[in-house]
Amino acid sequence: MGTRHVTCTEFLAELTDYLDGKANAATDAEICAHICVCAHCKVMLDTTRKTIQIYRDQEVYELSPSLRERLHNAIMSKCKRC
Amino acid sequence: MPNIQVQGEEEIHPDVALVARAKEGDTAAFEQLVRQYERQIFRIAQHITQNREDAEDIVQDAFLKAYQKLEQFQGNSKFYTWLVRIAVNESLMRLRKRRTAKTVSIDEDIETEEGSMPRDLADWSPDPEQMYGQSELAEILRKTIQGLPPGFRTVFVLRDVENLSTEETAETLGLSVPAVKSRLLRARLQLRERLSRYFKIRKDGDTPRDLHRVSR
Repeated sequence: MGTRHVTCTEFLAELTDYLDGKANAATDAEICAHICVCAHCKVMLDTTRKTIQIYRDQEVYELSPSLRERLHNAIMSKCKRC
Repeated sequence: MPNIQVQGEEEIHPDVALVARAKEGDTAAFEQLVRQYERQIFRIAQHITQNREDAEDIVQDAFLKAYQKLEQFQGNSKFYTWLVRIAVNESLMRLRKRRTAKTVSIDEDIETEEGSMPRDLADWSPDPEQMYGQSELAEILRKTIQGLPPGFRTVFVLRDVENLSTEETAETLGLSVPAVKSRLLRARLQLRERLSRYFKIRKDGDTPRDLHRVSR
């Protein structure tokens, strides 16, 4: 049996599981077949994957060593008092 | 993340021993847990509240609460996810206080449909990170995630930034697994859409800096 053709809406519904590597083998194959013929969904897949990667790689809210030390000391002194 | 010790057939997370020692009053063991997770808890609190002072208070309150309630921690979940649950609740409480007239919960603004129907389907530059300096890029990412409703923002941060599993995220937020998946999809698509304004391949003469200035 050949791979079932999915629509763009069905592709969207499976996108999260596909990106997380949680889609089953049949769905995986359907998504792969779809993005081979649908340029829009291919762009969406690639740019959504990149969105996740950029947020994962960048430290958007960095805790500076001095602030970290200050917070750490405040936490421990509160804990020791209680 | 700490390594997992293997004892016989059973895998034991190193936090288990630290928590057991902390429960017996060993503050050095608790201090080690604080060192291990203070950065992540600060990051989560700042992502949710979008306010640095609030995040500083939340980190302190969350660890203090964890210390006071340590006896109640049964070890059914990982210590880290238990701690995250406390920090998320503290963060949502802060948002609620800030907007006194309005109740803020994980469900806030969840009705928005943006993101379900992608509009911007232009491809991105091969190395979008190279288009901006480090601090400029951080500012773009901050502004972009700030635009997400708290309910979406929280799911995205726990799942995609902090790498909690879908099940752990659901447990932490008191949501079902399908609800987490649905919010995660919308959060990812909304962020993608917003980042496209900065990262898409542009026509001649349209520089990233011009676009950045316009969209401020």
